[in-house]
Amino acid sequence: MKRAPTVTRFLAAAAQLVLTGCIYNKQSAVNPAGPQAGRIDTLWWSFFWLLGVIFIIVMILTLLTLRRPRRDFDQQRIETTHKASEETDSRLRRIITGATILTIVILFVLIVASSVVGKQNSEFSTAPNQLTVQVTGNQWWWQIEYLNSDPSQVLVTANEIHVPVGRPVQIRGLSNDVIHSFWVPNLNGKRDLIPSRVTTQWIQADHAGEFRGQCAEFCGLQHAHMAVWVIAEPEDKFLAWYKAQLQPAAKPSTPEQQRGQQVFLNYECVYCHAIQGTPASGQNGPDLTHFGSRRGIAANTLPNTTGNLAGWILDPQSVKPGNHMATVPVSSTDLHPLVEYLESLK
Amino acid sequence: MTATQDIYPQTPTLDQDIQQLAQSWRHPRGIFGWLSYTTHQAIGMRYIVTAFVMLLAGGAEALMMRTQLMHSNNGYLGPERYNQIFTTHGTTMMFLFAVPMMEGMAIYLIPLMCGTRNVAFPRLNAFGYWMYLFGVLFLYWGVFTNAAPDVGWFAYPPLSGPQYTPGKSTDYWAQMITFTEVSALCVAAELIATILKMRAPGMSLNRMPLYVWSILTQSWMIIFAMPAIVLASSYLLSDRTVATQFVNPAEGGDPLLYQHIFWFFGHPEVYIIFIPALGFVSSIVVAHAQRELIGYTAMVLAQIANGFIAFGLWVHHMFATDLPQIGEAYFTASSMMIAITSGVQIFCWIATLWSGKPRLTTALLFVYGFIAIFVLGGLTGVILASVPLDLQVHDTFFVVAHFHYVLIGGAVFPLFGAFYHWFPKFTGRMMNERLGRINFWVLFAGFNLTFFPMHILGLKGMPRRIYTYSPEMGWDQLNLLATIGAYIIAFGGLLFLVNLFWSRKFGAIAGNNPWNADSLEWAAASPAPNYNFEYLPAVTSRYPLWVPAEERTFVTGTRTDRREVLVTTLMDAQPHHRYILPRPSIWPLIAAICVTVGFAGSVFNGWYITWGTIISALALIGWFWPKRPLDPAHD
Repeated sequence: MKRAPTVTRFLAAAAQLVLTGCIYNKQSAVNPAGPQAGRIDTLWWSFFWLLGVIFIIVMILTLLTLRRPRRDFDQQRIETTHKASEETDSRLRRIITGATILTIVILFVLIVASSVVGKQNSEFSTAPNQLTVQVTGNQWWWQIEYLNSDPSQVLVTANEIHVPVGRPVQIRGLSNDVIHSFWVPNLNGKRDLIPSRVTTQWIQADHAGEFRGQCAEFCGLQHAHMAVWVIAEPEDKFLAWYKAQLQPAAKPSTPEQQRGQQVFLNYECVYCHAIQGTPASGQNGPDLTHFGSRRGIAANTLPNTTGNLAGWILDPQSVKPGNHMATVPVSSTDLHPLVEYLESLK
Repeated sequence: MTATQDIYPQTPTLDQDIQQLAQSWRHPRGIFGWLSYTTHQAIGMRYIVTAFVMLLAGGAEALMMRTQLMHSNNGYLGPERYNQIFTTHGTTMMFLFAVPMMEGMAIYLIPLMCGTRNVAFPRLNAFGYWMYLFGVLFLYWGVFTNAAPDVGWFAYPPLSGPQYTPGKSTDYWAQMITFTEVSALCVAAELIATILKMRAPGMSLNRMPLYVWSILTQSWMIIFAMPAIVLASSYLLSDRTVATQFVNPAEGGDPLLYQHIFWFFGHPEVYIIFIPALGFVSSIVVAHAQRELIGYTAMVLAQIANGFIAFGLWVHHMFATDLPQIGEAYFTASSMMIAITSGVQIFCWIATLWSGKPRLTTALLFVYGFIAIFVLGGLTGVILASVPLDLQVHDTFFVVAHFHYVLIGGAVFPLFGAFYHWFPKFTGRMMNERLGRINFWVLFAGFNLTFFPMHILGLKGMPRRIYTYSPEMGWDQLNLLATIGAYIIAFGGLLFLVNLFWSRKFGAIAGNNPWNADSLEWAAASPAPNYNFEYLPAVTSRYPLWVPAEERTFVTGTRTDRREVLVTTLMDAQPHHRYILPRPSIWPLIAAICVTVGFAGSVFNGWYITWGTIISALALIGWFWPKRPLDPAHD
């Protein structure tokens, strides 16, 4: 095999570095972690190089129009008649025709390649070991529901999806209010979540890892703060997680936590949030049964730490202005137990 | 020697005729008179100036956005303000700058290029301008009373519906659309009539300059595209104000229906903006390369094909809504077809420059800048046409980069080229070339610095329309570059303004045809008088001013004591009959005010539609009231 010229390899390396290198890669279309995103990535680089070469050729030709002197036609003629010779014109016409035909051929190839990848990425409808996850968009958080024909195996959580490595996962998209778009670029392209419709998409992780996604369709004030984590883990770890998540909430084990639970149940929290195993069963906000096990607060606006949680409960509007969580006047003596209780819901 | 004699040496010098012509085409005096102007130069320039002010407003909004995104977790603008600003920016640039600017240039240039004295319906022309102006004032009245729209320039329901965006801001937005659509339809109708029926004798269709072809294509596109957006905005507005159920899913409506109708307009809209710009490029290339265009027929066909294909690819804005495979394949193919027709035109310009004698003027520099930027934007467009790739980069900064490359590269760079090219015809003076060159390079550098990094940001996962981002996303550096670029663009805009005002006062006197260009507008004096030509030109070639001076012909025998023009046949432009254009009138303004009362009032109370219709009908009766005596000479 012949080695590509050094310059080409250097350019390729530089482009790869700029696009895939150095910085944050957990929300990137050019750092694929699954077959769907992988095919798109390959298609992207094919387009990139092909179109890049075309761009450079066109630019060189454009700049060459400025060169002096010309030998291939009569300058004098232009000045007097504003016409080039008939041979020059017919030669240029032939070149234009050739370039146009070449354009058509290249585009045809690109159309076929795109359609093949598009078809492959939606071909999973019969996967035997598939997992179906229903993602429901809300202003501004994601409700996650693992569907199962056995109602006792249905799992409800929020803003975080765990998937087993190597298993195809069908994302069933719905929306409770406006249009959102579910997009985890390391795994696949985006899919809109549209009220009154159901959309579907497939994702699959090839290796364990954490992949960030973000709402991609403008959905109002806090469109910027609507993130989701997809956590891919080995099958056994996933099953263990799943099993733990199906359990009702952990009972408060210290007096402080018991007080926290009372605080939660006595304040307005219960109108919107559910904690399985307690009387709290509100449906307007994220399910908090295993809140302590999740990595983020407020659709992953903040990392889930005690300090962040206290700040969020005290003044949600300053963290995420305009969001739908009510500012509940929790007294300072109640705050600490409440935070402790919520953090204990592993 | 009159101005015309420079170009037409055999013109008879009948001072009396010319004086009478000037008298017939004189503008009425006073404020009241100023509001009654109907000449195409005055109306065209009003469009251009108003749209330029809108460009500055949209640019200021862009700077505010770029300032907010300069670094992560910036607190300069809150989410509410940021959403208002990006919505107003998009709306202003698309509806209030780009389309009206292209229309204004066409209103100014088309009658000159076609060799006639005015557009076909001068009063309708004035009415169209007033409607546009009132649309501008209506939207910005909302902006300055803290009711700026904040649901995006596309206003997808249900976010834009009554449940999620109460208040009046979206109503202002939706009704502003109606204003600009009425205006655009007026302009399209009168330009089509002017181009098809008022060309100089001998200017058969195959001798029309490409710019005239581009405006003909664009005007037809406006006529077919605008009704769709009127429908979309009316659905939205009636869902909001009178609780209909067209696109509101809570009431059983279909939000995707809105998207289909919006983009059935929205995609052609982009071509409505950039097809006239392609016409600018053709005019500039021919004049500054000093040679006839290669592939005239291919270019005309490509342009018309562009116009048709534009209506068949709207769904590529909706690939993420989960379409069936077959639909995806169809719309991928139709979207990529645009690359063929655009490619043909690029190849023809490069070939023309290649075999011509290009003078690297500022106008031509902008054309070279256009080719560089537009080709890159076109290639990223091919990427967006591919469904799998689009699903990754759709609604990210990659798309923001793409459409600024095609709209700024494809429309604004040619527009600035056109300003440098036609400024002498507008004002009688040349723009400063040295400052022009600096102006070009500043804009070119600033543009690429702003928008090139956005491609990478999109691939690195940055969605559009987010007001902030957290530092660990790693988007800081590229955003800072983009923000610096935006300020460089603003500086470039400032240089242009300086050049504009300086050149208007101190620029070199231009003469009729400073570029030794080929088309008829350069036969008129600079600046063009209200009547354009002392004697209407007749045409024997596709490049009428490049035929030897002694072979150039003109029309004599038309009356000069009234606003008379020639109507010619559609295909061959044979003189058909003489046609008298109406005198200036205040009625278009009065009619526009009455229609505005109806449109603007209906946002607050449905009854205004009724009252507005009644007073508009009265205004139209006044407008068309026959004057006595019925001798058309006095009308």
